[in-house]
Order: sequence, then structure tokens, then C-alpha cells
Amino acid sequence: MVGKPQPEPVNGSAKSGPSQSHLAPSSSTLKPDLLSNFSLKSLKLKTKQQELLIRIAILCLVYILAFITRLFSVLRYESMIHEFDPYFNYRTTLFLTQKGFYEFWNWFDSESWYPLGRIIGGTLYPGLMVTAALIYWSLRFLRFAVHIREVCVLTAPFFASNTTLVAYFFGKEIWDSGAGLVAAALIAICPGYISRSVAGSYDNEGVAIFALLLTFYLFVKAVNTGSLAWALASAFGYFYMVSAWGGYVFIINLIPLYVLVLLVTGRYSMRLYVAYNCMYVLGMLLAMQIRFVGFQHVQSGEHMAAMGVFFLIQVFYFLDWVKHLLSDAKLFQAFLRITVTSAIGVGGIALGLGMASGYISPWTGRFYSLLDPTYAKDHIPIIASVSEHQPTAWSSFMFDFHILLFLFPAGLYFCFKRLSDATIFIVMYGLTSMYFAGVMVRLILVATPAVCLISAIAVSATIKNLTQVVRSNNKVPQAGSSKGTGSSKGSSKVSIDQSQPFQRNGAIALLLGAFYLLSKYATHCTWVTSEAYSSPSIVLAARGAHGNRVIFDDYREAYFWLRQNTPPDAKVMSWWDYGYQITAMGNRTVIVDNNTWNNTHIATVGHAMSSYEDEAYDIMRSLDVDYVLVVFGGVTGYSSDDINKFLWMVRIGGGVFPVIKEPDYLVNGEYRVDKGAAPKMLNCLMYKLSYYRFGELTTEYGKPPGYDRARGVEIGNKDIKLEYLEEAFTTSNWIVRIYKVKPPKNRW
Amino acid sequence: MQRLLVFLTAISLIPLLCNSFSPENPTDRRLLVLLDDFSLKSTHSIFFQSLKSRGFDLDFKLADDPKLSLQRYGQYLYDGLILFSPTTESFGGSLNLGAVLDFVDSGHDLILAADASPSDLIRNVATEFGVDFDEDSSAVVIDHTNYAVSETEGDHTLIASDNFIQSDVILGKTKIEAPVLFKGVAHSLNAANSLVLNVLSASPSAYSSNPIFKSSRPPSLTGSAISLVSVVQARNNARILISGSLDLFSNRLFSSVVQKAGSSHKYKKSGNKQYVTELSKWVFHERGHLKAVNIRHHKIGETDEPAVYRIKDDLDFSVEIYEWSGKSWEPYVANDIQVQFYMMSPYVLKTLITDQKGLYYTSFKVPDIYGVFQFKVEYQKLGYTTLSLSKQIPVRPFKHNEYERFITTAFPYYGASFTTMAGFFIFSFIFLYNKSQ
Repeated sequence: MVGKPQPEPVNGSAKSGPSQSHLAPSSSTLKPDLLSNFSLKSLKLKTKQQELLIRIAILCLVYILAFITRLFSVLRYESMIHEFDPYFNYRTTLFLTQKGFYEFWNWFDSESWYPLGRIIGGTLYPGLMVTAALIYWSLRFLRFAVHIREVCVLTAPFFASNTTLVAYFFGKEIWDSGAGLVAAALIAICPGYISRSVAGSYDNEGVAIFALLLTFYLFVKAVNTGSLAWALASAFGYFYMVSAWGGYVFIINLIPLYVLVLLVTGRYSMRLYVAYNCMYVLGMLLAMQIRFVGFQHVQSGEHMAAMGVFFLIQVFYFLDWVKHLLSDAKLFQAFLRITVTSAIGVGGIALGLGMASGYISPWTGRFYSLLDPTYAKDHIPIIASVSEHQPTAWSSFMFDFHILLFLFPAGLYFCFKRLSDATIFIVMYGLTSMYFAGVMVRLILVATPAVCLISAIAVSATIKNLTQVVRSNNKVPQAGSSKGTGSSKGSSKVSIDQSQPFQRNGAIALLLGAFYLLSKYATHCTWVTSEAYSSPSIVLAARGAHGNRVIFDDYREAYFWLRQNTPPDAKVMSWWDYGYQITAMGNRTVIVDNNTWNNTHIATVGHAMSSYEDEAYDIMRSLDVDYVLVVFGGVTGYSSDDINKFLWMVRIGGGVFPVIKEPDYLVNGEYRVDKGAAPKMLNCLMYKLSYYRFGELTTEYGKPPGYDRARGVEIGNKDIKLEYLEEAFTTSNWIVRIYKVKPPKNRW
Repeated sequence: MQRLLVFLTAISLIPLLCNSFSPENPTDRRLLVLLDDFSLKSTHSIFFQSLKSRGFDLDFKLADDPKLSLQRYGQYLYDGLILFSPTTESFGGSLNLGAVLDFVDSGHDLILAADASPSDLIRNVATEFGVDFDEDSSAVVIDHTNYAVSETEGDHTLIASDNFIQSDVILGKTKIEAPVLFKGVAHSLNAANSLVLNVLSASPSAYSSNPIFKSSRPPSLTGSAISLVSVVQARNNARILISGSLDLFSNRLFSSVVQKAGSSHKYKKSGNKQYVTELSKWVFHERGHLKAVNIRHHKIGETDEPAVYRIKDDLDFSVEIYEWSGKSWEPYVANDIQVQFYMMSPYVLKTLITDQKGLYYTSFKVPDIYGVFQFKVEYQKLGYTTLSLSKQIPVRPFKHNEYERFITTAFPYYGASFTTMAGFFIFSFIFLYNKSQ
């Protein structure tokens, strides 16, 4: 299993080189006069069918590869849903398949956000669930008795495979089919994409990247052809994207931006006019059918750019028409000036009025934090607290892109060299998404297709040029010196003069180098997938003292306990990270969950966690809390536990309840849990619940009892007494601890 | 033969045992009376006799009896406990402070009587119920204006008090005419405890002090802060009576003549007997015990209880409330029972209407807020057991097709849409077929 994926991409990219030379004469895109007679002679068996066969074979292999490389987690653990959000998606999909679409669409969930409840049907992107349910129903129809969980687990890999096909066609559209094949191969195994699409990672992004790329491809196709049909298809692609992921905002801003750039650079054409208008109007109408989007699409600030460009392109069309009618250039200039001034004026006034009257809502915090990376940190702790919203470290670029990071600028160079409407699009997509990827870790995902496509152009163009050198020098072998620098430079000169010495050898060396790099890329991707991205994070794995694999299945143990041992209407309070899992696996009501729609409610929980026990008791009574669940890594050394997240609880709680002050929990600005910790820290609810009875436990040989392995210190408060809560359950490795809230005192 | 007899008695006792405290029959049946010595049986016989005549089984034991036990095999052997052992330093057998508290916390009742210089154990028991006896162990209640006139005693420690709590439920409907005689230790109520009630308080002129040695220090407890008899109704409706005087229950004070100082009226008999009997009726749940059954709610015009309501639904709510009369459940009649439709705070608060037969009902409209609501009936009335009912019910918003289909204010938009459609159709028709120009 491990061995198989590795040679595949090398194979794919290697084959794309030669196949390109078959293709070149027939498709006659590049220098047909030079290549046609030589390839006719060298390959006697050449037929179009043969070339097609190879291409299809490569695509099939890439398709399968993309699927199987994502199965590490299933093989290593089991077929299960990963992480946090996917559990919500799984739960809703289950509901959809059991109760039908009507109930799903109108689902009011009383088990989360107690006592507020959540209108699930109106606050989610249903695309993923509907997709999975359709796959499930069609499999059922074909008499495959699969469980819905298996469908959910494999949805993301399936769509990753489909993405490779879209990448092929997209690459073909913007460059040539060789670049398409390389792009398909690159994106099939790119870690940036795999991170969100391994089997079990049943999240919106798994489907959304497919939809995103499809929309872009169809739109570029529409711009290139000027066809209403393609624009319509792109509108539907956009609709699917809107139904699947909130990241559709990227599309609805990038496409207008692209159109604007084309307008400014004088590339306005009827094709663009048809493509954009059709896509925007229909896409908007379709998108408004998604309840979660609704009128936001015409009212919120994020969508205003698209509307502005829509009106601008009408002005352009109108001016074009007037220019056509007016033969006098001076008259037209005057007219142009008046029209442009008044159009901008009217637009500005409309925007200002809309903003002032509140009809157009201002930008959301998330959107702000994209434009200004420091915004969330200062204003919205709840966004900043999510680890995947952190700015990206350079090492994760290297980790997720590997050689693509170096190929990306080269690809940009090629794109600029052969500027067209399509390449302008991919350049803009690449540059904007790279910026966003730098702002937020999770947006590396959005940049991945662009990086793969642009890199594919670089690889394809380079290898094509090199093979041309190799082939053309078959006829005229020459001697001389060659620098191993610019392959493109060498190849560009090939057609003009072939006098460079050692050119053939140099080209062969460069080809070998390219293959070496690509094979390294394949190795790296497989390794990353296997080591970093295939962990379900609900089951933790560690290496034991003898190198053996140790599995910590504490989460599921705790949720199972909740399901079996608590009353069905029990309310569980925990930090919001675990909300989805508790409702999906524990089947119990939670106070807050990962859908962070109500900041106050989350702040209330943060307030309870960071208060003294008696104050927290009042809060918990007011929320009818029966059980409190905390995650604790002190025994196993699991570092993403509640104590390490605690400062965020303090910050979020303090944002709404000013009695909670962050400095109370710090000592000289330092966060500590040992003897030197702040007194409030040592006695707050979270500390007590995490470390209750921990002082009696020896965790590591040669260390005093109560040694916290996650933070590497001996805890400061070993004598913890609980007055209003009692320990109900602690999992075998102490990772999850559940406490029962006692009823009020009987006699007081 | 003897074995058979034992067996038969045991068999015949079983239904009796089963007839103990239960939700269906809240009155206590089996009482354990702990005494310092058995002479109390005769000096307090009227009180004990009144209990027996009301159907209680009294089990007299010495407080230091080594076989004392409240429960066997996890089952309580008694429904109520009477602690007439003010000087006991420690109970015998397995009984201790914790066992007494557990007994109460599992819903059983307790009468505790102290006397001058109560033991630490009795003090500790009382403290757990929010009652603090005077720290000075030799102090008793003295009142120079409200004492009972008598020939022998001149130290004014026999108090004649008529500062009863105003509650028909606790003290019965018949008014207690004569003052109650009290001779014993003062206690104060812990302000932190919201459940303890003063049912017999001292006059403002009373104070707690040693009657023999005149202390130079001012008395620690004075005036209305002194409580003579207190009751607690715990959250689980267990009832506790704490008296600072054991003599309160004695035959001597039951039958003595009372003349309050400063008053010429002479009562033939003190109010003690009536007072203590009525209090014991309340403590042992012969009175003031409510139960609520059959909480029902449904949409108006329907009978089945829905799993979820929609906002703006009209609903009927009803609950049946009965009061235990000592023998049977009688309809409880009141006009102050309210239902809340509650989500973090009450959105609807309505007084229930009664049909005088125990049924309480009302109807209201679900507020325009979705969420997980509760029907809450919180009924806390002096003397009665607390009714605290809550029933969870989610309220959902409109489904997408439950909104009004056509809104009058939107008619211009409908008109615009349809005229555009028609216009487009005509335009297409002309555009396609009008080639002449």
C-alpha cells in the first residue's frame, strides 16, 4: 500500500513529457512548423488514439492514487470520523438520511446550545450532507448495503479524486493538456490538500475544494469561449460551492477582482461580459436559496464588490455602445468623463446610504481578520483562539508544498510570458490565495490548487522544452559547454540556434534533476500523509518506551460512558471544542459547541471555568448543567488540553464579563500552574477539575507526585477539595474527566 | 411452636413495614424516641400518648443503647426520630451525627429538644440545621416582663410566650388561646440558612443568661434574636423541629395553670399541649404536604402532548395538586399557584385557575422566541411542602413553508416580477418573429 503510491506521480509526470511531444503537432499549439516533421519521423506508431490512451491511463492512475493515498488513517486506525467538526457533519448527515430532506431543512436542534437551541437547517452549509446522502441513497438503490458512516468517511477522498480530474481540465484550459496531467498528479498528493481530505475527515472543505476548482475552471472556460452554457455551468458550480462551504466568499470576491483587472488592462470583451453577467446573476439567485446565505448575498459587505463590478461592466458595455454610435472621439471623451464620474458618484452614494441605513451590513470579523491579520487578536478572541486561524509559519508552507514552493514562482514566470485571460486568472488566484494562506493556516488549502496548477505549468513547460532539446539534438549532436542554470532559457533558444555546446547532456542532466525533485516530492507527500495528516485526533497515538505504538482511546471511552450512564436529558458543560463530539457520540445536550455563533454563551462557559467553585456553581445552576467535562493531558503529556487552552477561556470570558481579568491568572505575564502560579489560577474551577486528585498520582519515575507531564512541572495545588461537584468518571489515561454537579444543599 | 409464633408475628408485621413513608402516604409511621433515661416516658407521657393515639409506633430507646441503628440492609427502620436526650455526649451503636444527618437527607423527620446546658452532640446536630444554641452552657432564657407567674420560682426563667408564627398550616386552624410555657435554653438562627423558621420567639425583653450568677458581661443573645422553638423544612421536604426546652413537651407544663406577668387573666391550662400536638402533626407530615401529579400540556384543540412546540402556538397547561389530610389526598385549593414558561428567565408567568377539585389549568401563547423552554411550577408557601416541577419542552421556529405565502405589502414586487416575465415574453416574441424592419 505504501509502496504503490510513490512511483505513480513520477510516472505521471514523466509520461507527460513524451506524450506532450505527440500532442504538440496534432494540437498545434506550440511551434508547429518546427516540431511536426521531426515527430512524424521519430515516432512511426504515433496515432491520436495512442496518445489519448496514455492520457486516460495516466488520469485513471492519478484518480486511483488520489483516493488510496488518503486511506492511511482507515488502515492504521479504523473507519471512523476524525476531529471535531466532522462529527457534527456526520450527525446531520445521519439525520438527513433517517428523517429526509424536509425535516433536515427545518431541523431545530434542542441538544446543542442549551437552552437556546440551534436552527441547524438554517445555519449550516448543506452541500456536504446532501452529497453524502445522495451517494448513500444511490448506493442503496444499487443494492450496496453500506453504512452511512462508510460513505461519510470516504466522501473526502472520493472528491479529492474528482478534483484531480478538474485540475487536469483546468490545466488544459490555461496551458495545455501536459500541464493538466502534471497538475492532476501534483494535486492528487499535495499535503496541503490531503490535510483536509483524508478518509474520515468528513468536512466541508473536502467537497468545497472540488467545487471551488470546478467553478473557477468553468468560469475560465466561459471567459475563453464566451459561451452562455459554460457560464451557466459555472453558476451551478458556484451554487454547489455556496451550498458546501463559507469559503465561497473567496470566489465571489476573486472573480469580480479578476474581471476588474481585465477591464483595467483593456481586455474587456463580449466573452467576459457574457460570462460574468450570467455567472453573477444566476449564481446570486441560486446562492440565495441556501438558507444560511439568503439575503446576505445582496446585503452584506463581503458581497458588495461583486455587485459593484456587475454595475461597472454594464457601464462599460453602455460606453462601448455609445462609442459605437458616436463617431466623434472628442465628444466621446467628454461623454466618457461625465458617465464615469456620475457612475462612480452614484455608486459611492448608494454604498454610503446602504451602509448608513444598515441595509448593507458591514464586514464580519472573520473577513476583517483576513485583510488585517492583527485584527482578530485585538478584537475577537474567539476567532484568534482557533489554532487553524493562526498566521502560518514558513515551515508549514514547506511542509505542505515542498518543491511546489519553488516551482510556483517559475510557473508565474511562464504565465506572465504567455499572458492570456486564463493565465491572468490563475496568476491572480495564485497570488491572492497565497496571501490568505499566509494569514491563516487553514487557507493553505485554498491556495493548494492554484499552487499545483502554476507549478504544473512550470514543470510541464520545463520538461517539454528539455525534451525538445534532447530530441532535436538527436539530429545535430554538438559539443560545447552548458550551464545548468535556466532550462527555460536554454529551451527558448533551441528553436533559434542550436549551437550551444553540451546542450543535450545538460538537458538530460536537468531532466534527471527534475525527475529527482518530483520523486522527492512524491516521497515527501506520502511521508507527510502517513505521519502527520492521517491521525484522527479522537484516538491519540504515541510511541511507547520500546518504540511500539500506544493508543489512547480516552475520548471515545468518555463519550461512551456519558451515553450509557447519564440520564438522556443531562446537560454537559465543556469548552466548546468538544461540543460536537459530545452531541454526536455521547448523545447528550451541550451548552456550547463548535458552531461558535453565540459569543456570550461561550463567554458564560468561560466565565464559569475561570471562576471560583462557588461562583461557577451559580452559573452552572442557571444553565441547568448536570455534568462538567474537562480534557486533561497531565498524565499522558497530551498538550492540547484544557489547561493549555485556559487562557483563551479567560480572554473570551473576560470579553463579556469584565470581572474576569487575564492578569489575575498570570504571574509577571507568565502562565504557570506550579507553586508560583497566581492564587486565582490555583483555585479556579478549571484548575480544580483538571488537577483533582492529581496530587496523589506519580506520573513519571523519579519525579514527585503530581508531576504534570504536559507542562513539565509539579503542580502548585495538590490538595484540592470539591464542594459543589463530585468526580463522576475519569478515563483510563485521565485524558477526559467528567464531574457531576451536586444538587443544592438539602438543609441550607 | 414458639418459632411459629415468631414467624407469624414477623409475617403480620410485613404489611406494617411496607406501610411506611411513601409518596402515596407521606405521614410517618414508625418513630424512634431516644431518651436520656426512661423516666421521661412517664414525665412526658401525654405527648407520647397523643402520638400513639394518632397511629404512630413509638420505639423508646436509651440514647446510649449500644444496639442503636437507624437502618438495616440499607433500609431505614424508622420514619422519624425524636431526640429527647439533651445531655447525651455520644449516641450508642452505629448512630452518630452523620447518621442523623443522612437520615434527614433521605427525607425523614426529626424532633430535637434541648434543655439547659445541652451536650456538644446536640449542639452540633442543631448547628447543621442552622440553629445555634447559646454558647454559654449555663445560660437559659430569662424574661422579666413576660414570665409566667408562679409561687415558687422567682428567677423568671419560666417564660409564657404567645409569639407564635402566623401559619394555620404549621399550628392548625384552631387558635391557641393560652400562652405557651417555655423553660430552657435560647437559640439563634443562622442568617445563612434560608430554610429555618422561628415558630416560637421570645419577647423583646428576653435575654439569655445564667440566672444564678449575675454576669458582668452583657448577654450574648437578647430580645427578638432569641428563638425558642424553630422548624426547618429541608429541600427534600424533611421536617425538623428544634426546641430549646424539653419541658415544653412535659406533662407538668401541659397541665399547669398560666398567668402571664402583668395580666390578670388566668388560663386554666397552658397552650403547650395544643401547640406541641399541632407542631408534631406538621413535623410528621399529617398536614401541609402537597403533591402535584398529571402535568399535562397540549396545543389548544388537541389532546396529545407534543414533543415540540412552535413559536406562537396556543397551548393548554394543567396540573393536579392535592393535599394530604393525614388520611387521604384532598384537593388543594389556592389562588396563588403560578406557572412559568421559562428559558433562563420566565417568558410567560401565569396564575393557574383551579376548578376546586385539585385541577389547575391555564392557557397561553408560546412567546416568539425559540429555544428549550421549561414549564416550571415553583410553589413555596409557608408551611407547605415545596412544589418544584419542571418539564422541558423545545420550542422551534417556523418551518420554511409555515410562513405566510403571500404578503400584502409585497404585492408591488409580485407585480414587478410578473410584468417583467410577461414583458420578456412579449419582447422575445417580437424579437424573434418581427423581421420586417
